[in-house]
Amino acid sequence: MVNEESLTMNLLTVSPSPHITSGESIPKIMWTVSAALAPAVIFAALHFGVPAITTMLVGIVSAVATEYLVQIIRKKEVTINDGSAFLTGLLLAMCLPPDLPWYMTASGSCLAIAVAKHSMGGLGYNIFNPAHIGRAALMVSWPVAMTTWSKMTTQVDVVSSATPLNILKQQGYAKLLETFGGAPNMYKAMFLGTRNGSIGETSAILLILGGLFLIYKGYVKWEVPAVMIGTVGLLTWIFGPSGLFTGDALFHMMAGGLVLGAFFMATDMVTIPITRKGQIIFALGAGVLTALIRLKGGYPEGVCYSILLMNCVTPLIDRYVKPKKFGARR
Amino acid sequence: MKSFHGGVHPDDSKKYTAAKPIETAPLPEKVIIPLRMHIGAPVSPVVKKGDTVKKGQLIARSDAFVSGNIHASISGKVAEIADYPHSVFGSSMSIVIESDGMDAWAEGIPVQRQWEKLDAKELAGIIREAGIVGMGGATFPTHVKLAPPPDKKIDTFILNGSECEPFLTADYRSMLEYAERIVTGVEIAMKVLGVNTGYVGIEDNKPDAVKALQDAFNGTRVKVVALPTKYPQGAEKMLIVMLTGREVPSGGLPMDVGTVVQNVGTVIAISDAVTKGIPLIERVLTVSGSAVKEPKNLLVRIGSTFADALNLCGGLGSELVKIISGGPMMGFAQSTMDVPVIKGTSGILFLNKKDVNYGKESACIHCGRCVEACPMGLNPSMLSVLGERRLYEEAKEEYSLLDCMECGSCVYVCPAKRNIVQYIRYAKAQNAIQAQKEKAKVAV
Ligand code: SF4
Ligand code: SF4
Repeated sequence: MVNEESLTMNLLTVSPSPHITSGESIPKIMWTVSAALAPAVIFAALHFGVPAITTMLVGIVSAVATEYLVQIIRKKEVTINDGSAFLTGLLLAMCLPPDLPWYMTASGSCLAIAVAKHSMGGLGYNIFNPAHIGRAALMVSWPVAMTTWSKMTTQVDVVSSATPLNILKQQGYAKLLETFGGAPNMYKAMFLGTRNGSIGETSAILLILGGLFLIYKGYVKWEVPAVMIGTVGLLTWIFGPSGLFTGDALFHMMAGGLVLGAFFMATDMVTIPITRKGQIIFALGAGVLTALIRLKGGYPEGVCYSILLMNCVTPLIDRYVKPKKFGARR
Repeated sequence: MKSFHGGVHPDDSKKYTAAKPIETAPLPEKVIIPLRMHIGAPVSPVVKKGDTVKKGQLIARSDAFVSGNIHASISGKVAEIADYPHSVFGSSMSIVIESDGMDAWAEGIPVQRQWEKLDAKELAGIIREAGIVGMGGATFPTHVKLAPPPDKKIDTFILNGSECEPFLTADYRSMLEYAERIVTGVEIAMKVLGVNTGYVGIEDNKPDAVKALQDAFNGTRVKVVALPTKYPQGAEKMLIVMLTGREVPSGGLPMDVGTVVQNVGTVIAISDAVTKGIPLIERVLTVSGSAVKEPKNLLVRIGSTFADALNLCGGLGSELVKIISGGPMMGFAQSTMDVPVIKGTSGILFLNKKDVNYGKESACIHCGRCVEACPMGLNPSMLSVLGERRLYEEAKEEYSLLDCMECGSCVYVCPAKRNIVQYIRYAKAQNAIQAQKEKAKVAV
């Protein structure tokens, strides 16, 4: 019995329940994560100067441009405003040496977006962290440029042109201490960020601050960075250079890309397990692999590869680590 | 008190109507009474077009046990028996009664009865005759719920006073205003079930309702408990685990852990049926939402339309984009306001743009929010993805599809705006079709 009045009502939205949502959205998450990186980004700009700024800009612009082109070519909705390409470009740049030639940065960004993200089906379908794929590809293509660290320009009190992990790998722990002028000085430099390294990885304190903000926002589970960094600390302490329990855990926990990786890459929701338990397993695995590469591998640093390796097993973890079902207990 | 796993905290939006006493709606000029207002066997009309009917007179019934009688909610003439829009099923055969303006009771109603003098069987009979069904929205016949199979030992009765859906305040106002009838209804239900333990669970955002019922139940076997406010506290399984610590097993019912849960409106209807002989012909509901000029709690006759209710609330105050029967988390969107109020209509929401999200669905970003929010401990992300890929069987076998109670918590938190519940409903339906087919095969 449809009468006239009800016919005029056909502008009503008839959609399935629920009819209200929390207002959470993908752009909100991506831009919040980007904002959490801001302190470390600003520090990097001051610390490394123009080369770092250029590299970060090139990384971001080429990531966003690539996404735009791919989506135009594939006649898909353009989603460059959702912040995810921006974030990928920024994260990639933060894992690179400050004065990497711009075309290398651009290639890495392009590859991260076009291959690691869109060839898999776009945001949500990618198995690997795109920024890390970009970095790994650059490592393979331009190994020398990717491991050459020029003297920093704006920081007078830092003498070395190598990263702390490089010194440790090639010249040993004693030389490392000597370079920094003693352990306290070294810890201070690692904590504050006045050391050499990739653009965004040096300042442990600023990265931790950004990470804490994300934990507070609920975008990161605290267990992930805690377990990953803790595992690296524990293993590097146990398997020290002069016998069991002689390692410098504190150094290792702040060195290389660990803090950046643990707070911002091992927490990339798309490529890590969905349950809390699964994420802890992921973090543990990534921590073990990082320590293994640092202590036994050919590379001085292993955060990037260990996270990529764990990305491979994410589907497997999700398959076997399920949430606790209601109704299992009586 | 430690709450159950998962759940969400939407803005409760109850402030619009919480302070408004229940207002009795004037007699409607006509009512549209659908024959489908319950779960179970269909009922057939016992009146025909042109018949004169009185208020409370039986107009449709069934011999089946799992069914619900229907009574005239006003006095007047049966104008037609025809298909009309329905708030849950789209449409339903309905009996339309035009009022004679007299609002005259059928013979023998109301009566004065002392329920204490009746035994459990007589009480159960009255409840069945009165056509009482679950009034929270489930509409399962109450007399069936109160008659569990003999192998299920029931020891606890639970009154669900949580009203965890945002906007709705009908149960809340009823608890404040009808406390005595609630006590009577609960006592009757407990007598029918033969149980000695009773609980009332109320969310702690309604402290005055907790207080009112604590006073009313003082000195009885029933304990009134304030529960942490969290959606879906009112889901039977959540309520039971919070009050008794018992988890209803997967695929099971409350009676599998010795409990029966009833809604506030339902026990009021039980009380009225037993002590006054009045069948279920009216109910309290909340009319609210951003598009309503003057939100209210109304006592309306079954079969009055959503449009009637809106008129009583001052009409529309802003541009209407969505009408919901029930609450915003589990209610049904309507395409017209000419649908009638049925026994399970706990509220009617008229929403403008502000309250309606037009988010576009995108791929799951695996953020895990739905997993954290799911009170049933499922992986809603996986269920939606399997639904999308048509892997219905895997969803059922490996990811406990059938345990989903469609509470909507997962969708509420999803940043990708995925219609997870919709995928799940569809997957469930596909599994049911598959099961039917297999049954047919076996039969051949
Ligand atoms: S609708 Fe189903 S899957 Fe989603 S939260 Fe509720 S029970 Fe879990
Ligand atoms: S909340 Fe939405 S986006 Fe996040 S995991 Fe669940 S379905 Fe995917």
